[in-house]
Amino acid sequence: MTDLTDLSLVAMRDGLKARRFSARELVAAHVAAIEAARPLNAFITETPELALAAADAADAALAAGTAGPLAGIPIGIKDLFATEGVRTTAASRILDNFTPPYESDVTRRLKAAGAASLGKLNLDEFAMGSSNETSAFGPVLSPWRLPGSNAPLVPGGSSGGSSAAVAARLVAAATGTDTGGSIRQPAAFCGIAGIKPTYGRCSRWGIIAFASSLDQAGVLARSTADCALMLEAMAGHDPRDSTSLAAPVPRWSETLSGNLAGRKVGIPREYRLDGMDPVLDRLWQEGARWLADAGATIVDVTLPHTAHALPTYYIIAPAEASSNLARYDGVRFGARHVPEGGSLVDMYEETRGQGFGAEVRRRIMIGTYVLSAGYYDAYYLKAQKVRALIAQDFMRAFESCDLLLTPTAPTGAFTPGAKSDDPIAMYLNDVFTVPSSLAGLPAMSVPAGLDAAGLPLGLQVIGRPLDEAGVFDACLALEQAAGFAARPDRWW
Amino acid sequence: MSVDSSTVRRVAKLARLRLAEGDVAGLEAELNKILGWIDQLQAVDTDGVEPLAAVIPTRAPWRADQVTDGNCREAILANAPASAHGFFAVPKVIE
Repeated sequence: MTDLTDLSLVAMRDGLKARRFSARELVAAHVAAIEAARPLNAFITETPELALAAADAADAALAAGTAGPLAGIPIGIKDLFATEGVRTTAASRILDNFTPPYESDVTRRLKAAGAASLGKLNLDEFAMGSSNETSAFGPVLSPWRLPGSNAPLVPGGSSGGSSAAVAARLVAAATGTDTGGSIRQPAAFCGIAGIKPTYGRCSRWGIIAFASSLDQAGVLARSTADCALMLEAMAGHDPRDSTSLAAPVPRWSETLSGNLAGRKVGIPREYRLDGMDPVLDRLWQEGARWLADAGATIVDVTLPHTAHALPTYYIIAPAEASSNLARYDGVRFGARHVPEGGSLVDMYEETRGQGFGAEVRRRIMIGTYVLSAGYYDAYYLKAQKVRALIAQDFMRAFESCDLLLTPTAPTGAFTPGAKSDDPIAMYLNDVFTVPSSLAGLPAMSVPAGLDAAGLPLGLQVIGRPLDEAGVFDACLALEQAAGFAARPDRWW
Repeated sequence: MSVDSSTVRRVAKLARLRLAEGDVAGLEAELNKILGWIDQLQAVDTDGVEPLAAVIPTRAPWRADQVTDGNCREAILANAPASAHGFFAVPKVIE
């Protein structure tokens, strides 16, 4: 039998249903893979006993004919989702040994579908980063390396534990969250697929908040079909999140088709940046041809305010973060630091000063500044207005096309430390993913080829609000045409 | 707009973040670099544009006026750094 960890999520489901292997065998194979992959530092908390118990329950349900759609499927959970009874850290020291007495809506749904979670995956602290280097639990290393090199590479971020674990075959799929590209960019860096659905598709209830008007849960997996199946189990209306959409969740995995006849795909000209990697540029043009071969009509479109998206994001996201992170004050949960004889205010300041890492402190400072008296209109209100213009650009473009095709990230993976001294260079990783986040649109990255150095590059498909079906179809067409079969050599 | 070291200290105070004295100069430089970069937005014409707060237009939902939570004091206090008599405990605020 082939290695069980190499199967796609869909093949695992089919194999379990046909009883070719048991859920216990499947999950145990992944537990062993995780134990062997600790050098990647992909997990903050491993939960093998809980996973094996879920596998036994899945085997019983499969035998009884009562199995859910993800019964016995080994998954990982980004450690930003609250999990009842399992420590939840957001990769920050400030949460200390926080053990939620409740379960996030997304993970509750995954459990109800029968999935077996192998543990909590590493991330950038509070999901703030693009390389998974800001985690208080140490950086995640990509399973990828440059051909013939032992130098480490970043897995992308902030869902870097998720992308590394899926690419290294430690789990079939993982949850991620995406505020400005935190699912799509790490998926691209690790040569896997990742979707951020429409804002509001998945409940934010129980997800540790970063920037609430942007945060959205999604999936990282090794194929489009796997992403579709997993997202079906995660999405759905939840009255506990007032921005959760009361729209029915389609069975994307059942309607998935790589035939794009009758669809129009727009190529936004503003995404062709000066000095763009020629390999990426060629891959993007090739992607357009692949979609045309699948029946789509390719049209040029314009998104005139694209260049303003990143500065807009770096006002709105820190502003919301500074407000959301005000709750970490050492009173109700997490770490507390009180100087000898210190007052309540001393306790707040010391707890937050010691508990937050450098990038989180930097963003709280930016956010507090742009919201402070005298600057609110000049920065925050201005950014919300530019955000409206960016969203209007997309709505205008969707008058002449159904989907958009862009690169996912401007480069392949880089080495740890390469961008740590320059926050803006790090922020530029998200230049292609932030605009669709600001507009709340569904967007997905699929691996499409390799850069000149031999590292994965992704292409991104962006859809209209609630048109995940169209996004999945185009990504399947790209996946089928690209035939991306590269995978990291096991060095760990 | 640029910030000086006293602004850095004032913002840190507003954010209740204890800064080490040695961190101020570095943060001042970083914040100025980032604020200088985001200042480009001032050039965008936004006259007559309504600020966007919610990307997917939905009406704030109503729910029945019912108690949906409660009776979980022990579960909540279990994560508290300090508690006493069923309350969160903090350093003394009143002399």
